[in-house]
Amino acid sequence: MGNLFLASLIDGLLIGFVYGIAAMGLSLIWGVMDVINLAHAPLMALGMFGVYLLFSSIGLNPYLALILIALIGLIGGVAIYYIAIHRVLSAPPLSTLLATYAVNMIMIGLGTAAFSTTPRNVNFTLGSIGSGDLTVQSTRLVAAVVATVVTGGLYFFLYRTRPGKNIRAVANNRAAAELMGIPSSRVLALSFGLGTLLAAVSGGLIATFFPFTILAGNAYQLKSFVIVVMGGLGNPLGALAGGLILGVMEGLIPIILPNSWVPVLEFILFVIILLVRPTGLFGAKK
Amino acid sequence: MKRSLFVLLSLLVLGSMAIVACGPQATPTTAPQPAATQAPAATNAPAQPAAKTVTIGFTSSQTGSLNVESTRQYNGLKLWMDQVNKAGGVKLADGTMVTFKAQTYDDESNKDRVQQLYTKLATEDNADFLISPYSSGLAAAAAVIAQQYNKIMITTGAADDSTYKQGYTLVYQAYTPASHYLTGALDLLAKTDPNAKKIAVAYSTDSFSTSVVNALKTYAEGKGYNIVLFEGYDPATTDFSALINKIQAAAPDAVMGGGHFQDGSTFAKQLFEKKIGAKFVALLVAPPEDQFSQLGDAALGVVGPSQWEPQVNFTQDSAAKAGLTWYGTTGADFTSAYKAAYNEDPTYHSAGGYIAGLILQKAIEDAGSLDTTAVAKALDNMDILTFYGHIKFDTSAASHGLQIGHEMVYVQWQKDSSGNLGKQIVWPAEGATAPALYPIP
Repeated sequence: MGNLFLASLIDGLLIGFVYGIAAMGLSLIWGVMDVINLAHAPLMALGMFGVYLLFSSIGLNPYLALILIALIGLIGGVAIYYIAIHRVLSAPPLSTLLATYAVNMIMIGLGTAAFSTTPRNVNFTLGSIGSGDLTVQSTRLVAAVVATVVTGGLYFFLYRTRPGKNIRAVANNRAAAELMGIPSSRVLALSFGLGTLLAAVSGGLIATFFPFTILAGNAYQLKSFVIVVMGGLGNPLGALAGGLILGVMEGLIPIILPNSWVPVLEFILFVIILLVRPTGLFGAKK
Repeated sequence: MKRSLFVLLSLLVLGSMAIVACGPQATPTTAPQPAATQAPAATNAPAQPAAKTVTIGFTSSQTGSLNVESTRQYNGLKLWMDQVNKAGGVKLADGTMVTFKAQTYDDESNKDRVQQLYTKLATEDNADFLISPYSSGLAAAAAVIAQQYNKIMITTGAADDSTYKQGYTLVYQAYTPASHYLTGALDLLAKTDPNAKKIAVAYSTDSFSTSVVNALKTYAEGKGYNIVLFEGYDPATTDFSALINKIQAAAPDAVMGGGHFQDGSTFAKQLFEKKIGAKFVALLVAPPEDQFSQLGDAALGVVGPSQWEPQVNFTQDSAAKAGLTWYGTTGADFTSAYKAAYNEDPTYHSAGGYIAGLILQKAIEDAGSLDTTAVAKALDNMDILTFYGHIKFDTSAASHGLQIGHEMVYVQWQKDSSGNLGKQIVWPAEGATAPALYPIP
């Protein structure tokens, strides 16, 4: 029983890191520009397909492929911002929601046409670490390390660089930031790009250990909503913590209850947090 | 304000997702297959025989989680249709030559869509006969419609026994029933290692897989096996680590279960990576698929039940020995025609699609007409051997249409002398192409 608990805890924590950075992208975009990005799911799926295509076509190591995917995600996110979001940013909130939903539908449609919904699998393994009951897949371990590095990098960027400080300034008070000469449009575009980068990277990491289709991002997007609410709206570090909590729940609940109870308890927790502590467990933060 | 807005919108989004997930979805349908041209006269009579085109209605999962298996089933059915039309069609008692055309839609692997589309096939498209979609869940949804609109439906890719115990009189099953899917794997285990007694069963909670493992559990307990874990998972599961940790803690000799290709192949991969130490793994549906070999070493040793494999060799001679009527093409001819048409080896899903058409063809030939009652009577009386195996239907009121002739074979992924993975038939012993690899590495 002790080993079962420990093994489940470790597995839950490792997957929680990946959930965390997926949710961080959603949280960042909301925190800076008050936009709920419903295109988060296909952006994650495109990250998965990016790793798959680079690995299967030119044999590029999935972790090296992530660098390229991050770059494409950043540029793609900026492009999506200028094409679909920028013009409706000042319109009622429903407009941005519909704009990102439209982007979602376009990407899902194009992705289905290009890749169908046949499950894909990145045939890549790093083996396992440990033995007996305590065996951990190395790809999950590496994913957790990459997620930690990405989180550290994001915080360094936000707190130690000028563009990062600009993002925080715009998030806190857009009008005041503009009066200080900060180009808010560019900052918002950069924020959306960063959110997209995080979605694509998390998708790429998931592809190293789970199969996927173009629709695979939906489940993770739903988890991301739970995590963002749990961790605190607009609080990226809270999103990481929320991811870890959700991961641990997914690891430990099946020890005492059938697997099918996991989503039930997750969403009960979601509703409880919304009712009791709507600022999230770690508080809303910019 | 901002926070409450987020909360409100989050709830709206989640609510709408739930509605979308539960409700029917609007999707484009595929273009119908072009109608076959009128059959050429294949007779010595001076007058041109009458010709008729029969519409076969069905859906396939061109999108969604059942896409892989369903596409192969569709390909098999289409191959049958192309071949029978090319040969001139089927001759009825009055001399009319019947050719076939397909009316088909994408069901998106969605049960609600299946009911909408089969209603459309029966009422608007006026399909003469129906073939089921792939999977027990979707076929069960279609069977209700077929019976309601008095249409004969041959089900394929639909093994769940319960569909045939609803009192339907026009639904006929091509597959071996689910209750027989994993019992042979248990017989194989018993023969290979009589000391192995602890079995963990982890299964997808869809109706087919649940039906399989419930039958397995009853069968195993009857033979004195100890079921140390019996737990279901959602068909969309991708992360099996929590379940595998429980399996490891139960220390079974064998792991059995699975569901369909997507979850089964993921489960097999994670079982391998977690080094569970079980000596025997038997999973549903995924192992017989060629794509399963993409798992590499994780595929090695995994056993799977198959409705049909290219190595299975039923012939006119074996039909004569069994006292059955031989009908249709040979396995070798089916395999080569399928390869030529689709540039891939056929799987049992492909053969399942083909055999559904072949069964219908034989029934129409025997009935000599397209009348539903006459064709149903021909199906009730059918007792034939084909490249796919024995076909015979239960005609009792309790389980009318249930397949009682056909039997499963069990494949295992093994390495040849060059280290390449390949499928071998390991059970039943009389049809085995290699001894079982046990325990798995």
